Amino acid sequence: MSDRDDLGKYQPLSYFQLMEVSLRELLVEKGVVTDQAVRSALENVRNRTPERGARVVARAWCVPQYKARLLENGTRALEELGLDVPGLKLVVVENTAHVHNVIVCTLCSCYPRMLLGIPPEWYKSRNYRSRVVREPRAVLAEFGTKIPKRVQIRVHDSTADMRYLVLPMRPKDTEGWSEERLAALVTRDCMVGVSLPKRP
Amino acid sequence: MGGLPAGKVKPVEHDYEDWERRGDAMMVLLTGVFGGQRLMTVDELRKNIEALGPEAYDRMSYYERWVTSITQTMIQRGVITTDELGRKMEQVKARREDACRK
Amino acid sequence: MPQVGDRRGVRAARPQYANDLPSVPARFAIGERVQVRRSAPLGHIRTPFYVRGCRGTVERLCGAFPNPEELAQQRSGLPAQPLYRVRFLQTDVWHGYRGNPADAIEVEIFQHWLDKA
Repeated sequence: MSDRDDLGKYQPLSYFQLMEVSLRELLVEKGVVTDQAVRSALENVRNRTPERGARVVARAWCVPQYKARLLENGTRALEELGLDVPGLKLVVVENTAHVHNVIVCTLCSCYPRMLLGIPPEWYKSRNYRSRVVREPRAVLAEFGTKIPKRVQIRVHDSTADMRYLVLPMRPKDTEGWSEERLAALVTRDCMVGVSLPKRP
Repeated sequence: MGGLPAGKVKPVEHDYEDWERRGDAMMVLLTGVFGGQRLMTVDELRKNIEALGPEAYDRMSYYERWVTSITQTMIQRGVITTDELGRKMEQVKARREDACRK
Repeated sequence: MPQVGDRRGVRAARPQYANDLPSVPARFAIGERVQVRRSAPLGHIRTPFYVRGCRGTVERLCGAFPNPEELAQQRSGLPAQPLYRVRFLQTDVWHGYRGNPADAIEVEIFQHWLDKA
């Protein structure tokens, strides 16, 4: 439901939209927040996209020492790249030939927002949150991702202060590629662990 | 919720509207992520969403739950009162109805 | 993750994320077997139902953080509680789990929810 319909006329607000507008106006009237601060925060939220995460993955693929630092302390490694990620405590988990990682928040919808932006609808769904912890292979298959039984699957449930990012394996036939070119192969879904990076 | 029986995962994407993104923006502001006063915690957000109860939880969309929970927290903390909220909502509704009539 | 010895010769875990908050000392070492308490009180809780009563292994010490159960009630949550990532074998969590026997689930659990296994 958007503010104005196609003819440029206002639509009535739903109960919850009414509540959102009212809360915001009250908080501004009381000097608790300013309109400017709300607009900046909104802009900030809009600008956080998975491209930020893709840069990190591409750097880790190209620079082994960076990858080591990323696995040791995710947040510090992000800051090295000039990524502003206030409050984020990041744990980066690495996919290998033997282990595939996938992230979930069964209790709510914790997600590395400061790095990747707003989580997708399916990540927040009852179905994903209930089933991926119990039958990860089946859920991944619904995304078109087949993980062979000989590969271990590790599910990470972000129940507290840590947020997780999957470092996928670098696709084959990408020798000598620039970080920028590599970053284009890194999708949001492969950083959550429900799929693999694009092929070259 | 982990481990409860559930259906297939639909890989839907949702184009978030501004009023929904403002939920995220509001949380970022009110929890003091960018410095500034910390007026609530994400733990209170979660607790108040849990307090909605299963029927309300299922009836409401994600951001409807967030807006409700943030507002509830502000009332619990005494930042706003129920009366102030009620009067403001009536005011906003009247304003919007006026705008719709034009 | 590296470990530091203390006077008692117990190998303590080094926190991945440190802060300046007053905190409860960490009791468990990396690799130690722990069991999640089978408790079910009221209030806001971040220990999922599906691991309560289960045994797992400490994978790392994330650090010490204010208790979310208390933060949810507008209290400070201090002293900060050590938070561990605990690795559980899926076969130890779900009856009839089918998959690779080494498949695991890793969950962040606060120290006050853990006992020595």
